[in-house]
Amino acid sequence: MAAIDELRMTFFQECEDLLEQLAEGLRVLRAENGSPDVETLHSVFRAVHSIKGGAGAFGLKELVAFAHVFETVLDHLRSGKIVLSETLLALLLRAGDFLNDLVGCARDGVPCDAERMNLLLGDLDEVAEKVGRTAEKEAEMPEFVPVTLDLSAIPLGEGDRDDGANESALPPDDATGVSSDPTRFEIDFAPLGTMYGTGNEPAPLVRSLRRLGAVTVTADLSAVRPLETFDPTEPQLVWRLVLETEARRDEIEAVFEFVEDLARIDIRATVEPTRRTSGRSVPPSSGCGADTTASSRDAALLRPSPKSRSSVGDLSSGANPKIVGSTATTVPTPGSAATSSAVGASPSTIRVNLDRVDRLINLVGELVIMEARLSQVIAKAGLAADSDVASGLEGIKQLASEVQESVMAIRAQPLKPVFQRMHRIVREAAEATGKIVTLETVGESTEVDKTVIERLVDPLTHMIRNAVDHGIEQPDIRVAAGKPREGKITLSAAHRSGRVVIEVADDGGGIDRAKVKAAAERKGLVQPGTAMTPNEIDNLLFLPGFSSKEEVSALSGRGVGLDVVRREIQGLGGRVAIDSIPGRGTTFIITLPLTLAVLQGMLVSIRGETLVLPLSAVVETLHATNATRYSVGRRARLVANRGELLPIIDLAEVFGLSGPLCDDGRGVLIVVECDGGRRAALEVDHIEDQRQVVIKSIEENYGHVFGISAATILGNGRIALIIDPDEIISSATAGIRYPALAEAVCA
Amino acid sequence: MRPRVLAVDDSATMRRLIEATLSPRGFEVFLAEDGIEGLARLPEVDPHVVITDINMPRLDGFGVIEGVRRSPTHAGIPVLVLTTESGADLKARAREAGATGWLVKPFEDDRLVNVLRRVLSI
Repeated sequence: MAAIDELRMTFFQECEDLLEQLAEGLRVLRAENGSPDVETLHSVFRAVHSIKGGAGAFGLKELVAFAHVFETVLDHLRSGKIVLSETLLALLLRAGDFLNDLVGCARDGVPCDAERMNLLLGDLDEVAEKVGRTAEKEAEMPEFVPVTLDLSAIPLGEGDRDDGANESALPPDDATGVSSDPTRFEIDFAPLGTMYGTGNEPAPLVRSLRRLGAVTVTADLSAVRPLETFDPTEPQLVWRLVLETEARRDEIEAVFEFVEDLARIDIRATVEPTRRTSGRSVPPSSGCGADTTASSRDAALLRPSPKSRSSVGDLSSGANPKIVGSTATTVPTPGSAATSSAVGASPSTIRVNLDRVDRLINLVGELVIMEARLSQVIAKAGLAADSDVASGLEGIKQLASEVQESVMAIRAQPLKPVFQRMHRIVREAAEATGKIVTLETVGESTEVDKTVIERLVDPLTHMIRNAVDHGIEQPDIRVAAGKPREGKITLSAAHRSGRVVIEVADDGGGIDRAKVKAAAERKGLVQPGTAMTPNEIDNLLFLPGFSSKEEVSALSGRGVGLDVVRREIQGLGGRVAIDSIPGRGTTFIITLPLTLAVLQGMLVSIRGETLVLPLSAVVETLHATNATRYSVGRRARLVANRGELLPIIDLAEVFGLSGPLCDDGRGVLIVVECDGGRRAALEVDHIEDQRQVVIKSIEENYGHVFGISAATILGNGRIALIIDPDEIISSATAGIRYPALAEAVCA
Repeated sequence: MRPRVLAVDDSATMRRLIEATLSPRGFEVFLAEDGIEGLARLPEVDPHVVITDINMPRLDGFGVIEGVRRSPTHAGIPVLVLTTESGADLKARAREAGATGWLVKPFEDDRLVNVLRRVLSI
């Protein structure tokens, strides 16, 4: 990769972090409600500022221009020149959103929305200009106190008195107009004492001048006071420099650019060409009692020794006791430097190409399969469980699982960036619908597989929009219902028994079930008059074809229904459930596997087929003989379990498997629990094993297969399907008939 | 001996840019992510010149300049400010703190190198 591309990549990666910092800061500002914390303001400012700095380096003009105006407003804000109002905050949030877009456009090399940019720039300018005018006035004031040198004490060349007297900075028109005609410049350079405290010294300046031509240096000590009355802060030393050069005046001025305000500098072009005079010749203006003449080479000797340099430092700090006091705690002594360096270092990280991590994950998957195979071979060989080989294999198993966890941890990332994006979605949706909505996020630090995070953005966006659009009521309706005007959406994440649970909860009006049912009947999704539980009605929202363009607003509509959300979540090995209380709000519950690669599975056998049940769903197992069964009606069977009656679901029937019953045919009931907390007993022939299995997606090739979430490769090389207990329980309890899938299972 | 430059900037992009600009031109570049780290690295790096950003977390560029000027070993070395800001008050503050000079981002490679050569007298 070319160096510049690599730098670009660094920049855009950094931008991501900075934009997150910005979003976080703005969110905090919003929460602080009018009394902004200075550190937050600084952090927000720095984020925009750094983006601008980097963008400038890559010539991203639009980004620089926008960030600049944005930053100006933030700067006024942090310096207290403007007050953070509701409207200003809204503007900052919009500007933040747009900056986000601009960075994206710059990265992808696509043009940005110029109209929106101009609109925002106009708004930001308006805010900035209010204070900008006063600030500009300040900027026009002189940068430093004019030099008060006793001019009569400084010897000047003949005829120069009128032009050089009071200037401390040079008139700009001189800088441009002068051609290279005059070859001789006389320069008076009278440093103030303060110059020595800034790391600027005469010797490097003289050397820089020498690059332009021959220099003759004379030190004028006439104004230097005798030692008894000598004031080191006002050395009164004047250097007289004669430069013979073809360089332009501005090139000479450039040499002095950093000391303009720290010295009296007087550059005079003498018209008469004196090229014949060599650099070593005595300068013509010697009537002034100069008692030291030094060649430019000797000027180096005048450089203060290290000792005197540090004494200059001491002097300058002595002159500024306030500064000393204010930084006393931040300056490490040499002794403490090593420790503060260790403390100061941020956690060291590397950025790794995802492909490399994925390859590692695949290899770990193969390792798990290989280990399973080995364990089968050992069992077949009739080795005892306590044999050396078996215990050695047990050790490998442990290590493999640790390696797998560590590799997974590399891919795991906090949900924070996704959650942060949702603030913007809420803001935009609230604006479009005229509602007042706040978003609260809980558990942002919950870590999820990177792929999951990426693929969560779309479904979450949709659900959040949906919550604002359909969940939260209009402010006046809320007030009438005795609720605060401001609606609230809570986005939370947590780890729960080996899965990640993400909830989108609104405090809106809840699902209008009568309306939903009527709509479903109208669309022919349910038979009119069917008796349905509230939960069944809620789940109608997920049916394909429920939402249609005529029903949903432009906001959450876009032709995508909750069925798509559910499909996307299912694609991640997760599921979505609804919980709604009329008048109190609706909660969408997404549960996801921690990883897409491996799961702890229970291997069960059904009519000679081996299937895998995710261990995370299993509550307990019952021997069929010990269980008390009841029959209800023609088909339904129940089992009593801990004072509860659970429906029995025969997996052989579910999957249409009709092979001979293995073993004695007594069977095992496995109590599983799905996300809504509903339980059921799945009937299988027997339990084979419990182990880690590597998840191999079948979606790509087969699409969604009912009751099956994925497949895996067993130790013997055979393929086993992984059961999706939730889907089976949901459809069994909803009274939906199972599609026969014998072919898929037996394949 | 290659001149040692200690560059203090909280932006990874800027740090890499400075390094990419100066390293091939004969400078030995050392980097720090903020003022605290910059000052902490001072004795170890023993730089000939410090380049610092102004807006940084924990300790800003003014703090870096003041810290260098108060350092018992490096008080006299040039400290250049490299920043996107160019306001007069900023320059005045940097000056008061003891800054040698300033450069405005984005910088041209030659400009940075020339300025360094000038203040380092090389």
